[in-house]
Amino acid sequence: MQLTGAEIVIRCLQEEGVEHVFGYPGGAVLFIYDELCKQNKVKHILVRHEQGALHAADGYARSTQKVGVALVTSGPGVTNAVTGIATAYTDSIPLVVITGQVPTYAIGEDAFQECDTVGITRPCVKHNFLVRDVKDIALTIKKAFYIASTGRPGPVVVDIPKDVTAAKADFSYPEKITMRSYNPVTKGHPGQIKKAIQLLAAAKRPMIYTGGGVILGDASVELTQLVRTLGFPVTNTLMGLGGYPATDRQFVGMLGMHGTYEANLAMQNCDVLFAIGARFDDRVIGNPKHFFDPKRTIIHIDVDPSSISKRVKVDVPIVGNVRDVLKEFNKQLDAGKTSVDAAALKSWWTQIEEWRGSDCLKYDRASAIIKPQFVVQKLYEITKGDAIITSDVGQHQMWAAQFYKFNKPRRWINSGGLGTMGFGLPAAMGAQLANPKATVACVTGEASIQMCIQELSTCKQYKLPIKMVMLNNRYMGMVRQWQEFFHGNRYAESYMDALPDFVKLAESYGHVGMRIDKPADVEGALKEAFARKKDLVFMDFVTDQTENVFPMVPGGKGLSEMILV
Amino acid sequence: MRHIVSVLLENEAGALSRVAGLFSARGYNIESLTVAPTEDATLSRMTIVTSGSDEILEQITKQLNKLIDVVKVVDLSEGDHIERELMLVKVRAVGKDREEMKRMSDIFRGRIIDVTDKDYTIELTGTGSKLDAFLKAIDSTAILETVRTGASGIGRGDRVLKL
Repeated sequence: MQLTGAEIVIRCLQEEGVEHVFGYPGGAVLFIYDELCKQNKVKHILVRHEQGALHAADGYARSTQKVGVALVTSGPGVTNAVTGIATAYTDSIPLVVITGQVPTYAIGEDAFQECDTVGITRPCVKHNFLVRDVKDIALTIKKAFYIASTGRPGPVVVDIPKDVTAAKADFSYPEKITMRSYNPVTKGHPGQIKKAIQLLAAAKRPMIYTGGGVILGDASVELTQLVRTLGFPVTNTLMGLGGYPATDRQFVGMLGMHGTYEANLAMQNCDVLFAIGARFDDRVIGNPKHFFDPKRTIIHIDVDPSSISKRVKVDVPIVGNVRDVLKEFNKQLDAGKTSVDAAALKSWWTQIEEWRGSDCLKYDRASAIIKPQFVVQKLYEITKGDAIITSDVGQHQMWAAQFYKFNKPRRWINSGGLGTMGFGLPAAMGAQLANPKATVACVTGEASIQMCIQELSTCKQYKLPIKMVMLNNRYMGMVRQWQEFFHGNRYAESYMDALPDFVKLAESYGHVGMRIDKPADVEGALKEAFARKKDLVFMDFVTDQTENVFPMVPGGKGLSEMILV
Repeated sequence: MRHIVSVLLENEAGALSRVAGLFSARGYNIESLTVAPTEDATLSRMTIVTSGSDEILEQITKQLNKLIDVVKVVDLSEGDHIERELMLVKVRAVGKDREEMKRMSDIFRGRIIDVTDKDYTIELTGTGSKLDAFLKAIDSTAILETVRTGASGIGRGDRVLKL
């Protein structure tokens, strides 16, 4: 029996085991929506803006191991989605994005709601397709899921013209797929692994630095085993938090622009650096010129060869899936022939503990105004470190990363690479739908939240009991901080004037709103909010306007040039 | 340093723009780029002439390999190879220039492929520098129009780029 293209699309999603699709209907995808409503295996979540659909699919993917799926219409549907696609691309999140397109005969004629989707999205997808023939839909969607979820993951766009969704073809979904042009490497080179182990054993001041690759590659168990066997200090990037238990003594905190003093100095002063699923980006190592001095030996595992020796020259590159490679490391280390330089390691730890003693994350705990760090700290205590935390972008994001201790992977969800304001709330929706029993909180600011605040309506429709923790300092805080440090205190356009009454706003969307302006009320408010298991509670914390994120490595500087409190 | 990179890629719509987009997005140089289908109609072969340090070339090769449509990448300049470029040049050929142009074309092993009473069109094949040399050797005011294909390259002997 022949099926229409639209039926085939839905059947493909069912075959892939897709449970949720985040989307927004429009002319070019009406046949697909018509088929969506005729079945109940794939549930559609109607967002209020396509950017929200992408971030929600993204949060869904980040909080699980699954591929997130979004469905948007042509033209503005696609252009609205681009920010979300680029966000996922930069953080290597597996998504399949199905986009409607004007009919094939109208392509190129500047038709209503036409845009060159494949052209517009090309620089921010892992791959994209335009399906011109109904017979190609099934194979293309199969390829899309395969490409999105293997190797270094990423978003894949499948653009389907409206007439193709109406045309008919036989349907069969391919079980397996091989592509001659795409064969991601999994296992690491055994010779390189051996060489790396010898270097680690001889290290006097070793350091392990891990990134989002450990989370995406589900390698935190293997990493934890490795770190404990070696006894080395370990740091996580912003994207890597939760890859290693943050409450463990060997964890020296996050590194980078707002990393801890001990993590950054250990990074700068180590003699052997073991980088795992991390990419030495500018927010992590600052200026590579500073990073080259002093010289250190670098071992680097990454699934993407192009991430190796891109900004920093690596001595021992190991291309492969982080988990497979770490398993091999653990196997060789367990064989028992390797012993580390215990005496050197002991004095290295003494040095690190001295740095740790500087207590670089200290803040005024006796303040009469709510300190944003205090809110996050209480959030951590009240949720027992067990919540899924999403965040927007700015100061609040850094405080969440610094003060919430993530002991497990996939609990910390933020736009690390692209830095997309507006990410937090829709990402929390995706995470909550994927984990209905989990406590999900979104740490946000009064500026970021307004970039996707319309999704509060989606939360009401689908009864998503997200806890919104808004640190309201009436400024685009990170912009204000840079203006204070680097632009002579001229706060050009960073003051958030004419803010809405967030309590009333939350209430008008049908949620619970709270405004908290005294430190003494913080704990009680959080407790009350988290006790309301079924409600979305929007907490507006009125925080110190002048608080800055410390430590800070100014842009273009080296890791040892931190500004401390 | 100048490099000549050969790329075997799926012969699909948009594959060329993926490569061109990669070079412009990452700020890599393209001196020339040629592309055409191979004897296997599902594959295209591209020759890119670029320049950069060893580190940049390593990144270019890795980034090209990362493109889903790309099947194989070889930096031909890493070993023995041959490269050729085709140029068509239309020159004024009147009076004493007419004989001179014919002679120059012969010296450079060009072929005159179109003739009118006022001009010749000369076809010339060789390395880029040979084509440059020809243009330098003739009277520049006699040149009416030139068109060049950019370099195509192939490895010598048993250096074969094939699936």
